[in-house]
Amino acid sequence: MNFYLVTMIKLGLVAFVFLTALAYLQWIERKVIAHVQLRVGPNRVGPHGLLQPLTDTIKLLTKEDLLPGHVNKFFYFIAPILSVSCALVGISVIPFGPKINVFGVETYMQLTDLNIGVLVLLAASGLGVYGVALAGWASNNKYSLLGGLRASAQMISYELPLSLAIAIPLLVYNSLSMREIVEAQNRFQFGFIPAWGIFQFPYAPFLFIAFIIFLIGAFAETNRIPFDLPEAENELVAGFHTEYASMKFAAFFMAEYANMVNICCLATHLFLGGWVPLFPAPYSDFVPVALFVASGAMMIFHGLNPRIKMDGYTLPAFGVVFIGLGLAHMAPVLKDILVPLFWFLAKAGFLLFLYIWVRATLPRFRYDQLMDFAWIQMFPASLACLFAVGFIVAWWGL
Amino acid sequence: MPSSPLELYFPLLVQALLGIGLAIGLVGGSFLLGQKVRSKTKESPYECGMAPIGSAGERFSVKFYLVAMLFILFEIEAVFLFPWVVVFRELKMVAFVEMFVFVILIFTGFIYIWGKGVLDWSKSALTQPGSAPVAPSPNARVLSHH
Repeated sequence: MNFYLVTMIKLGLVAFVFLTALAYLQWIERKVIAHVQLRVGPNRVGPHGLLQPLTDTIKLLTKEDLLPGHVNKFFYFIAPILSVSCALVGISVIPFGPKINVFGVETYMQLTDLNIGVLVLLAASGLGVYGVALAGWASNNKYSLLGGLRASAQMISYELPLSLAIAIPLLVYNSLSMREIVEAQNRFQFGFIPAWGIFQFPYAPFLFIAFIIFLIGAFAETNRIPFDLPEAENELVAGFHTEYASMKFAAFFMAEYANMVNICCLATHLFLGGWVPLFPAPYSDFVPVALFVASGAMMIFHGLNPRIKMDGYTLPAFGVVFIGLGLAHMAPVLKDILVPLFWFLAKAGFLLFLYIWVRATLPRFRYDQLMDFAWIQMFPASLACLFAVGFIVAWWGL
Repeated sequence: MPSSPLELYFPLLVQALLGIGLAIGLVGGSFLLGQKVRSKTKESPYECGMAPIGSAGERFSVKFYLVAMLFILFEIEAVFLFPWVVVFRELKMVAFVEMFVFVILIFTGFIYIWGKGVLDWSKSALTQPGSAPVAPSPNARVLSHH
């Protein structure tokens, strides 16, 4: 089949799934934080609030699009557009699974396998700083300016340990192509320990430190709690997006979530072995089946004893869908696509859950602590880690 | 399987166009769909309900400029690392020693700026020893970080 046709189909699929995931990430975040704080969270629109993202989108689209007189109009408009488009580019270099064969068409489960994939992702996330800095400056508001300044200083400060932490596992894999990085981890040591970055002998302890540094840098890059100084509500109202309303306001959140997804995928590929399962193949193939069937059975069980009347209809329906999904992981053609995808999404999803979990748990840094932490602690630590791994590779050449 | 550079970079290009198109569509869509009711209060900068004092184009802490400069210096070092890691296994100890010397030189600069107090954000830039006293502007308290 024509290469361009296959590419267009893949682009459409990825765009649809990615945008839906971004919308539902917001719902998941609200639900998870609600349950951490012993609330129920959104539960009015649709079963268990599942249609909330849709109504939010419609609401934000039809809200008054405020254009204050004191802003610099060009940059005021360009800033959210820049943020979103930079954040959406990153997904194109991320692989979701190995090479697959669908009806005789061989293709990668990835939009494009560039030999500089990691750099493209870094560049796209680095350009995102412009959106935030421009938004803060163009708003012509003191809170926005301070928020934008803080955000840009924080993002560039943490980009340094972040890019050093990315270089550490690359010393072991010696490639910038995401696919080759995962292939380098696609084996089992001593027969059963997966060669994921953080488990790979003998670099495991250093790569684990690098993983922690990467995660901290990732939290700061995406301006998430505990690093959400740019939008510290009790000091700066909303930081760089104080003057923004309607969809322009939502665009910054969309960019934030897209960056979160990108950076979690990158962490999965660099440190957690991409789609490589936790233990060797024929056994690990049954993990998704068992998980989906068990959760489907649980939904049907709860649907038969509903706490609210609506649950009696929706939960069994979702239960049947989940059992069907579980069985699809055993079907001949689908299996090769779904099982790697399951392992990849499970790891990336866990990291995204970690983001939300941390937001529900930790308070915010003070600004001087934040900058000290980046420059005085994380930067030397990541350099030391880099040369430790480099020495092992150079000396023993494992 | 993609073979030529065009086929490799084509999806990236389309994805970028898709992202830009989506962003413009969303922002433009809300611009067209949303109601527009103007009022004087909405037009003024938000300052928690108070009448705004002065403009936002005031001076701010010099540390933000310093951080940007330091970032450029050190990020160049990080950019050098990426080609280095790709060929690392071929060059082994040679590459290791060369990069080690380079980073030690950069790190000496880091220790120097650390000693100079550039990285110390708990002190205000205005009260740094050695810096010329600055006449306090009405908004200096608001805009400098303590």
